[in-house]
Amino acid sequence: MITVENLHKSFGESHILKGVSTTFESGKTNLIIGQSGSGKTVFLKSLLGLFTPEQGTIYYNNQPYSQMTADERIELRQKMGMVFQGSALFDSMTVEENVMFPLKMFTNQSRSEMQDRVDFVLKRVNLVDAHNKLPAEISGGMQKRVAIARAIANKPKYLFCDEPNSGLDPKTAIVIDNLIHEITNEYNITTVINTHDMNSVMEIGEKIVFLSKGLKEWEGSNKEIFKTDNEAVTDFVYSSELFKKVRQMYIEERD
Amino acid sequence: MKYLHAIGSYFLMIGNVFYKPTKWSITKNLILKEVEDLIYGSLGIVIFISFFIGGVVAIQTALNIDNPLIPKYLVGFATRQSVILEFGPTFTSIIMAGKMGSYITSSIGTMRVTEQIDALEVMGINPLNYLVLPKIVALMLYPFMVATSMFLGILGGWAASVYGGYTNSADFIQGVQSNLIPFHITYAFIKTIVFAFILATIPSYHGYYMKGGALEVGKASTTSFVWTSIVIILLNYFITQLLLG
Ligand SMILES: Nc1ncnc2c1ncn2[C@@H]1O[C@H](COP(=O)(O)OP(=O)(O)OP(=O)(O)O)[C@@H](O)[C@H]1O
Ligand SMILES: [Mg+2]
Repeated sequence: MITVENLHKSFGESHILKGVSTTFESGKTNLIIGQSGSGKTVFLKSLLGLFTPEQGTIYYNNQPYSQMTADERIELRQKMGMVFQGSALFDSMTVEENVMFPLKMFTNQSRSEMQDRVDFVLKRVNLVDAHNKLPAEISGGMQKRVAIARAIANKPKYLFCDEPNSGLDPKTAIVIDNLIHEITNEYNITTVINTHDMNSVMEIGEKIVFLSKGLKEWEGSNKEIFKTDNEAVTDFVYSSELFKKVRQMYIEERD
Repeated sequence: MKYLHAIGSYFLMIGNVFYKPTKWSITKNLILKEVEDLIYGSLGIVIFISFFIGGVVAIQTALNIDNPLIPKYLVGFATRQSVILEFGPTFTSIIMAGKMGSYITSSIGTMRVTEQIDALEVMGINPLNYLVLPKIVALMLYPFMVATSMFLGILGGWAASVYGGYTNSADFIQGVQSNLIPFHITYAFIKTIVFAFILATIPSYHGYYMKGGALEVGKASTTSFVWTSIVIILLNYFITQLLLG
């Protein structure tokens, strides 16, 4: 479980996060939504300790991150998996080496055990014929999937994904959503996902936090987001005609 | 103030390089890769430049001694002295500040810009140890490169003098062998080891702490070259004053 309390983060004059508090439970897929530039990435990187917040506390299982020793942080981080918005694959390594990297680093598995695990996770992200390609030789969507495979290879306890299915076709996006949802439930992972994808919101949003202007504007589940009267949320979620219609049908059905 | 801050964070970085070492089985492969990229990949240019500069040094010396009282072997002697004392260690290092330095800065800088360094950090790896230590270790082979440069510089001097008709082979070789002070060699290799450390760390510093995007990677490489050269030149001065002065 991760608890965030009154998180503030600025860059020079611009105040990006202005006091965000929320909780992410384990075994649940937690989604952060919000407009482009609303600070989702900054929020996620602050959770990971890549940015140091000016104010506020982040608790990992009730232990404040800022008070952990360097060794405790390293230990915690070895249990994390992160998918960066830009994938951040190691460009001097092949796809397979990228995915194997955390296994080589932190386990004592034999070569064949690691190979099996790599094949398994690559298969789960629908990538079966790119093992020996370099990141520069595959498409953006494929890179994203390699990044997901790398993040889950070593069975993390915390999984952070910054727009895991941007750049994917709708069908693959669903595969990825389902994969993240499944492993989250199966291994009781604390998962936090930044997304723009309304389909993900509807399908796997067990908890949704809506960030706007540096503040948490709304939070709730995918069931609640249908019913909310919060205008900022409905404006954002139902900005597409299709979703407006879906909502209309939902409301009519309910009445 | 800005410089003081940079110097401070440079030394902090050096400290962190040795903290939380990565698994040896992984580090070993990284070192081998750096030896290939940094040392092996630069040998060609070092050989080429050393041979021809050695030749030029010999020709210049020969042209400047038209006094018949000065013995002919002086050409060989002067070539050896300048090649061993300055050309081999210092000049080669300045060239390597351009070649290896820009490679190191741009490769680490690209990793910074594309969040690969963040990815390492999030995995609980010490990125400085992972990225910089193998370069420092690989550059411990740098003295061999400088020795190659010295040998080829003298060879180039010999070839230019003999085939250019400035001295004969025997005179040149006599010059190369005369009045050799062993401490000069020690001095040259002490410098070389210091420069090797500078060549590995200052470009790493500029790559690691850069901010911005692809454009800034280019700028960081240039800045890195300027500072690596300045530090090498300054240290060269101080070491010379300290050891020979
Ligand atoms: N390292 C940084 N230095 C300065 N400003 C930054 C930095 N990172 C982000 N910002 C600023 O913080 C704001 C929020 O950026 P962030 O990347 O978190 O947005 P986002 O919600 O993830 O957007 P998107 O959906 O487009 O990814 C932006 O205005 C950005 O300019
Ligand atoms: Mg973002």
